[in-house]
Amino acid sequence: MADATTLQYTAEHEWVLVEGDTATVGITAYAAEKLGDVVFVELPKVGSDVASGTVVGEIESTKSVGELFAPVNGTVAAANDAVVSDPSLVNSDPFGEGWLIKVAFTSLPTLMTYAEYSELVGE
Amino acid sequence: MSAPFQDRHIGTDAAAQSSMLATLGYDSVESLVTAAVPDAIAVGPIDSSVIPPAASEREALAELRALARKNTVNQSLLGLGYYDTITPAVIKRNVLENPSWYTAYTPYQPEISQGRLEALINFQTMVADLTGMATANASMLDEGTAVVEGMLLARRASGSASNVFLVDSDAFPQTKALLRNRAGAVGISLVETAFDGDVPEAFGAFIQYPGASGRVWDPAAVIEAVKAAGGVAVVAADLLAMTLLTPPGELGADVAVGSSQRFGVPMGFGGPHAGYMAVRAGLERQLPGRLVGVSQDAAGHPAYRLALQTREQHIRREKATSNICTAQVLLAIMAGMYAVYHGPQGLKLIAERVHRTAVNAGARLRASQVEVVDQPFFDTILVRVPGRAAAVVEQAHAAGVLYGLVDDDTVRLSFDEVTAFDAGLVDRVLAPLGVAPVAGEEKGSWRPASPLPASLERESSYLTHPVFNTHRSETSMMRYLKYLADKDYALDRGMIPLGSCTMKLNAASEMEAVTWPEFAGLHPFAPDSDTVGYRDLISQLEGWLAEVTGYDNVSLQPNAGSQGELAGLLAIRGYHLANADTQRVVCLIPSSAHGTNAASAVLAGMKVVVVACDELGNVDLDDLRAKIAEHADTIAALMITYPSTHGVYEHEVRNITDAVHAAGGQVYVDGANLNALLGYARYGDFGGDVSHLNLHKTFCIPHGGGGPGVGPVAAKAHLAPFLPGAAGTTHFDDPFIVSAAKYGSPSILPISWAYVRMMGSEGLKAATGAAVLAANYVAARLRDHYPVLYAGDNGLVAHECILDLRPLQAATGIDNNDVAKRLVDYGFHAPTMSFPVPGTLMVEPTESEDLVEIDRFIDAMIAIKIEADEVASGRWPADDNPLHNAPHTAQSVIVGEWDHPYSREKAVYPVSGQVRSKYWPPVRRIDQAWGDRNLFCACPPIESFAD
Repeated sequence: MADATTLQYTAEHEWVLVEGDTATVGITAYAAEKLGDVVFVELPKVGSDVASGTVVGEIESTKSVGELFAPVNGTVAAANDAVVSDPSLVNSDPFGEGWLIKVAFTSLPTLMTYAEYSELVGE
Repeated sequence: MSAPFQDRHIGTDAAAQSSMLATLGYDSVESLVTAAVPDAIAVGPIDSSVIPPAASEREALAELRALARKNTVNQSLLGLGYYDTITPAVIKRNVLENPSWYTAYTPYQPEISQGRLEALINFQTMVADLTGMATANASMLDEGTAVVEGMLLARRASGSASNVFLVDSDAFPQTKALLRNRAGAVGISLVETAFDGDVPEAFGAFIQYPGASGRVWDPAAVIEAVKAAGGVAVVAADLLAMTLLTPPGELGADVAVGSSQRFGVPMGFGGPHAGYMAVRAGLERQLPGRLVGVSQDAAGHPAYRLALQTREQHIRREKATSNICTAQVLLAIMAGMYAVYHGPQGLKLIAERVHRTAVNAGARLRASQVEVVDQPFFDTILVRVPGRAAAVVEQAHAAGVLYGLVDDDTVRLSFDEVTAFDAGLVDRVLAPLGVAPVAGEEKGSWRPASPLPASLERESSYLTHPVFNTHRSETSMMRYLKYLADKDYALDRGMIPLGSCTMKLNAASEMEAVTWPEFAGLHPFAPDSDTVGYRDLISQLEGWLAEVTGYDNVSLQPNAGSQGELAGLLAIRGYHLANADTQRVVCLIPSSAHGTNAASAVLAGMKVVVVACDELGNVDLDDLRAKIAEHADTIAALMITYPSTHGVYEHEVRNITDAVHAAGGQVYVDGANLNALLGYARYGDFGGDVSHLNLHKTFCIPHGGGGPGVGPVAAKAHLAPFLPGAAGTTHFDDPFIVSAAKYGSPSILPISWAYVRMMGSEGLKAATGAAVLAANYVAARLRDHYPVLYAGDNGLVAHECILDLRPLQAATGIDNNDVAKRLVDYGFHAPTMSFPVPGTLMVEPTESEDLVEIDRFIDAMIAIKIEADEVASGRWPADDNPLHNAPHTAQSVIVGEWDHPYSREKAVYPVSGQVRSKYWPPVRRIDQAWGDRNLFCACPPIESFAD
């Protein structure tokens, strides 16, 4: 599991781990808790281009649907097949095995720090 | 005949009402409602009412008898998706006429709905088996709209960039008309084809199998070509024919749709019947409507519940797969039970007899020198009578037989279960074509060859599950239906206080006429002279509904509220197009609106713009004005629910409707909450241009466990030309058609007719008063225990109130779901959960509950609050207490050691007054996620129920 305090965050309750020119993206524990039991995850195809702020996938729980927004511009380098076959990973390990996509990004917008995100969700 | 019907319908008598009024501090119902309803919208006196003074139950039934007598039931051979059928009496009596089935609600509380969920999974299994598809849903509104949904599914699922949908030229004419209207609204281009040449590029194709002409052909090559080009193949299949023919799934179809009417559901002049949709593996998430799946309960036992609900409009709003909510549950259950009763052999025997009857009829016609079109067929033959078709149809009608008129030279004869088992009747229906009767001994020896191609003969088995192979005797069938009904909680057990659902009395006298042959036996395309009584009844009811809503015209065609919404929005679209205002496409929808509003707007080709609500739950006028300014001359409509979905009479509604009109928009008032308004205010008087009503809420049509419904659309005169049935064309050419049948579901209209007839204007107003009184009484008595969200003028709610469970959850961890499930242990159906506000319960007692039952509910809610406080105090652990573990089955308190910190008695008999009639839930709390992660939507193997 990634150390949540060192990650960056978006207002859409996603976390971003930047390593070189690759961004790993998942949803936060707060978002997973709000969604409830995740039962289906739809991720973009590897190789597809994504634009920051656009919807590229869906995270469905039994009671609601969350949209996966691309936090960066770039190309999808990997999608987490494990989470597609076992969506409960989003609930059980949102910052680790529940990661969703890796994006080879061309530009990195300004994201929130852990402190800023914690303030956003009031924790 | 001791009391007027009004006193039977309204649960609270004068003494009860005065005690409730005392609690609220009002001296009369009139003063209470007048204080709640804003002065600006209060209705004035109506000059000349068309609603007659209230009739007694006996008088109303006598009038209905007289109307029924004006109908003439002739033997229909009209076909086109509607066939005479024999409803097994055991199903008619134990399902259709049994309040345990017809007064239930949609199974959103699955623990207390296992009976009808099993019945629906039987239906799904039947459809999936017969069509050869992987997964079937639990019904569509009719076949025509199911085809439309198939088209929309094809567009979502197809990888093709094409905008074209191919339509079989041999499709039913009502289906073609529906496709035209609906495709036009969402920018799909239709291309009609006989599929006799190369298949044009398209995102999907629709094939009727067998065709409207009766022709049976092998569409496998066409399906392959459609799919090879990236398209999705949609096949409408006749379920009875599928017992003999290779089913669409085995022909490569992606989607199968159709009707289950001929499985024991009377034609009813058009409805209601259950349509169906089934898909191949991989398309489950694209299915519209409700889908029943198997999951497990807290004890690990298999349990049914609605699956994949996130597809639906109440969650996904404008991105939903469809706007459909109410479906045709009661009718789907009947059709499924028809298959349970007959079994695979029985169904095949019926199909073979129908086919044999058609084959013999064709041979006898030929022997009489009448030309029969030479093509393979199942149940329908085309007869050539050059230049005389209209005259032949008329002659047959005079002889009590209805032939289908195809063109000047051709008539169509469709055979069915009734003609198939009555040789004398076959003689009678062929006589108008000059065929002599056959002597009795010759009938059995006629064995002309079947024209069906051997290559299309069905080889695969179907309905192999034990449920379809067990209940052959009527005793067994009766007990199976009772076994299922006993699992469920319907209005015959107690109150169902579902907010926004209006679970009021469905009086027995209102239900009487539904099964009368003069109402049940008519084909929707029967000649006008056969349907005089029906059309009189429809015209009276339309007039009454127009009067109580303040509109000029009403169409009863829409089969559900969702379809009424769509019809209303399509009328607005038609109006703007007629005024050359093509840019008016924006539909303003408050954030508090039901998700169906947004889903319907998208299907009407509109763009949804959400208007914010303020902290009081009302439309934020500043945001509305800002949105109007922003979209200025592109505003098509505002959709607003009144009273609001929050159960409040919004004070500013007049300012809202005025602002929209000033911008050139039309106002759509959603009539879901009309039960709080009748007699006190009218939509048409405070700015509504068009509305839908829910006859299955305000006007007593039972919910049937999730349908049937009727969603009439009512409009001011300027929109009237754009309503279904108003264009002055035939039904098959109607540019505003929204249902397969012209009058939608006529056989259940006598219910609403009887309600209005027996209540009269005064009774309807008294019902409104009693409903508003009951809701305010509940709010007042529960306010100290649970915060009541939102109120209007003078702190009053309308006909429902929202209890906020979020503070309780914050303090104790007990949420609205725990409270809902614990109510089951107390013998109640939960209120509406998390609509319109997450984490809340919305309570609508309706006018029909008496004070004893209302108090019993209030006392249960207070007792549950005390239990929650025990959790908060730490007496019970958060993960082991009566709320967390609710509901408790009998088994759960009997089997094994009891190691919970509360007693068995506390678990299942929390209040002593309940001992007299305890409702035992059949399963414990159901794991929703497990079922969605392990999707299974057919009858589970029997072994899975072994302990």
